[in-house]
Amino acid sequence: MTTTALRRELEFVSPTRQRVMGILFLLAGVVIWYFFSRNMDPDVVTKFGMTPGGAKATIPNLVLPTQMTLNILTALCILLGLAQLLLPGGFKKRTNLVLGIVAGLFIFAFLTWAAAGKSLNLGGLLNTTLSKAVPLTLGAMSGILCERAGVVNIAIEGMMLMGAMVGALVGSIADNLWIGLFAAVFSGALLGLVHGVLSIKYKTNQIISGTAINIFATGMTSYISAKFMQANQDLNNPGIFKPIEIPILSNIPFLGPILFDNNMFVYAMFIFLFVLQFGLFYTRWGLRHRAVGEHPRAADTLGINVFRTRYIAVLLGGMMAGFAGGYFTLGSVGRFDEMMTAGRGFIALAAMIFGNWMPFGAFGAGLLFGFADSLASKMAILQIHIPSQFLLMAPYIATMVVLAGVVGRGQMPAADGEPYEKEG
Amino acid sequence: MSEAKKPPQEEPKKNGLQIFQEELLDSATGRTHAQPSGLRRGLQSLAIPALALFTGLVLGGLIIVLTSTEFYTAWGKSPLLGLKEGWIIVANAYSALFTGAFGSPARIVVALQSGNVENIRKAFYPFFETLVAATPYIFGGLAVALGFRAGLFNIGAEGQIFIGAIFAAYAGYSIKGVPGILHVPIAFIAGAIGGGLWGFIPGWLKAKTGGHEVINTMMMNYIAFRLSDWLLTGPMKRPGTANPVSPTIEESAKLYRFFGDPIRLHGGFIIALGVAWLVYWFLFKTKWGFDLRAVGSNPRAARYAGMMVSLTIILAMVLSGGLAGMAGANEVLGVNYNLAMAFSSGYGWDSIALALLGKSHPAGVVLSALLFGALRNGATNMQLKTNIPIDIISVLQAFILVFVAAPAVIRTIYRLKAPKYSEEGLFVSSWGGK
Repeated sequence: MTTTALRRELEFVSPTRQRVMGILFLLAGVVIWYFFSRNMDPDVVTKFGMTPGGAKATIPNLVLPTQMTLNILTALCILLGLAQLLLPGGFKKRTNLVLGIVAGLFIFAFLTWAAAGKSLNLGGLLNTTLSKAVPLTLGAMSGILCERAGVVNIAIEGMMLMGAMVGALVGSIADNLWIGLFAAVFSGALLGLVHGVLSIKYKTNQIISGTAINIFATGMTSYISAKFMQANQDLNNPGIFKPIEIPILSNIPFLGPILFDNNMFVYAMFIFLFVLQFGLFYTRWGLRHRAVGEHPRAADTLGINVFRTRYIAVLLGGMMAGFAGGYFTLGSVGRFDEMMTAGRGFIALAAMIFGNWMPFGAFGAGLLFGFADSLASKMAILQIHIPSQFLLMAPYIATMVVLAGVVGRGQMPAADGEPYEKEG
Repeated sequence: MSEAKKPPQEEPKKNGLQIFQEELLDSATGRTHAQPSGLRRGLQSLAIPALALFTGLVLGGLIIVLTSTEFYTAWGKSPLLGLKEGWIIVANAYSALFTGAFGSPARIVVALQSGNVENIRKAFYPFFETLVAATPYIFGGLAVALGFRAGLFNIGAEGQIFIGAIFAAYAGYSIKGVPGILHVPIAFIAGAIGGGLWGFIPGWLKAKTGGHEVINTMMMNYIAFRLSDWLLTGPMKRPGTANPVSPTIEESAKLYRFFGDPIRLHGGFIIALGVAWLVYWFLFKTKWGFDLRAVGSNPRAARYAGMMVSLTIILAMVLSGGLAGMAGANEVLGVNYNLAMAFSSGYGWDSIALALLGKSHPAGVVLSALLFGALRNGATNMQLKTNIPIDIISVLQAFILVFVAAPAVIRTIYRLKAPKYSEEGLFVSSWGGK
């Protein structure tokens, strides 16, 4: 199949899918109207606080008439739905973008409804969203690094946990955050190496290898923590990286304090994000990396060293996950607690799948999942009678839906998870 | 070419289809296909798990020694003293582990001699606790093993255990006034149905959309945790407490305990053994089981042979989930009598390790479950006696898992020859559901 033919195939939207999407958009509109807008008192207003924290660079609070806003959102969704159904071919290849827009409108409608007659600090919400998205995105990038070269990595959780523990321990002993961070990255790389040796050299089932690393990391971190760190709090007090304000950019109203007044991890995440996206898709290294994940035999025939590429991939992936682990202790809490990653490594994996094995996609998914997480903690304050647990389930359900191909099947690397055996 | 690099590639690998064909031929003709038969083969297949366990224990011991201050103090005086101290530390730790798991022989003898029933029960208590701890492992291991046999990697046992526990607990406390002879089976089967349901969803998704069961079962795990979190803080919360815990189940729903206090051995253990036998019978003696294994070793060949692959995949996931659900039901009805938030601490993950250790065979699973139960139970005593955190057990289990899953590592360490008959085609490894 030639590239153009392949592209056409990828961009083709089946009529069924077009209709399903159209109906989905309409449904979103109807739900907003029926559940949120219908019984709303016309005089009620929703107040969105626009202060991300700190008193500077704020913009005035956003006060919206609730019912009118909801009706406008309903109309927008229904318009998009009709356009999708009635235009020939709908939105074609932009369907997923429109789906994203509709999802955004729906979330906004939900917030408007939830905060009706109350006030919700949107700035604070976005601020926590970003900080919750950081470990997810970093973890997902670890997954992308490995899986784009054909090695499944479900050990992100374990590597993060190890990174978190080692970062806290070494950081406390050295009394230096950077040394702690370096150790966290190094521990991640070590586990990555173990994963590599098992799955590349010994051709172990990669999921089993990943599971073993997860179990090992859980046991080892808890063991060290129980044996040394709990009894001796000096060993568990590394401190955290302080936020760095970027001079001019942090004065941008609203966005400034959210984006440009963070600690090192957030900036590093953005840098890694750009580097990885560029590296994977616009450099020779990236082409080789992906070739090994898509068709290792062809790559081997062309003289690419499959084993070396995969080793580098798992090492980099491990380092990334170790870095992500460092975020928990050195960037956010300042202390190691047993099992503190609490399944975020698996959410990172979900973000990777949701983001279609692309760095920016994973970041988007990380933001979405982080948003669900931070909104869940706000639910109680807003006194909404939807259990926050259902909101917390959303990322997992969304990932399963994406995986099932309801909203367009992900393009996973073709040789993902298959050990490579050199012939002859 | 170095020696170490060669062994894995030395033998021509048989793929799933070839193994399957040979098995077919063997079962048709009743001969054993060019394998060392009987005892020798049995010993050979035991070699890797046994060496894996041994190596795991050695490495675990090494970690224990290297994290002990006593060792370094002694080492400072003289290396010989250090080695001696290290040996003492490990010996103490593992003997505490052993007596914690099986009881102390001395105490048992003394108790028997005293003739005091109370004392005898107390002396045998650790041994029976091991059986109690092994019971959920048997169910969980069978669940994962059955999945493996069908070429499915069910890493969602943890979630299925939770859902099974929820169903069983609900049936246990909400149904009232039913005699125990009915109530126990109802609640137990409710648990199995709950787990089966949780397995059905990823199975159906795999069969219909090709969505990989590893990802889906993993997601289902977390959905199950959130669901139980919600249920236990909301609809299923015990009235009048602040803790997330369900009401206590009815007296009639409790599994029978064979001995008086403090021994907690209950009917669940017998059920587990029965279910293990059933799974064996199902896998190796029925047409359904044969289909399931055929789909596991080569789905394409199975489809070609006219088997309903989609249906078999769904069936396998439902059964796998159901078995895991029984583990949850067992814990609720036999041990805890209620459902609390943190009731399953990693049974689902450990089950993967022990299913592999047991070579996905029901008998192997039962043995590995007993081993894991002993480790888990003995570790409590070890922590109490020697101050070594219980978490070392997870490290041990991870080592065992690695060595069982990568037998080449063990063969390299102990300079063993690769076997003639490879079983490595047992399960599919790729993400893409191919």
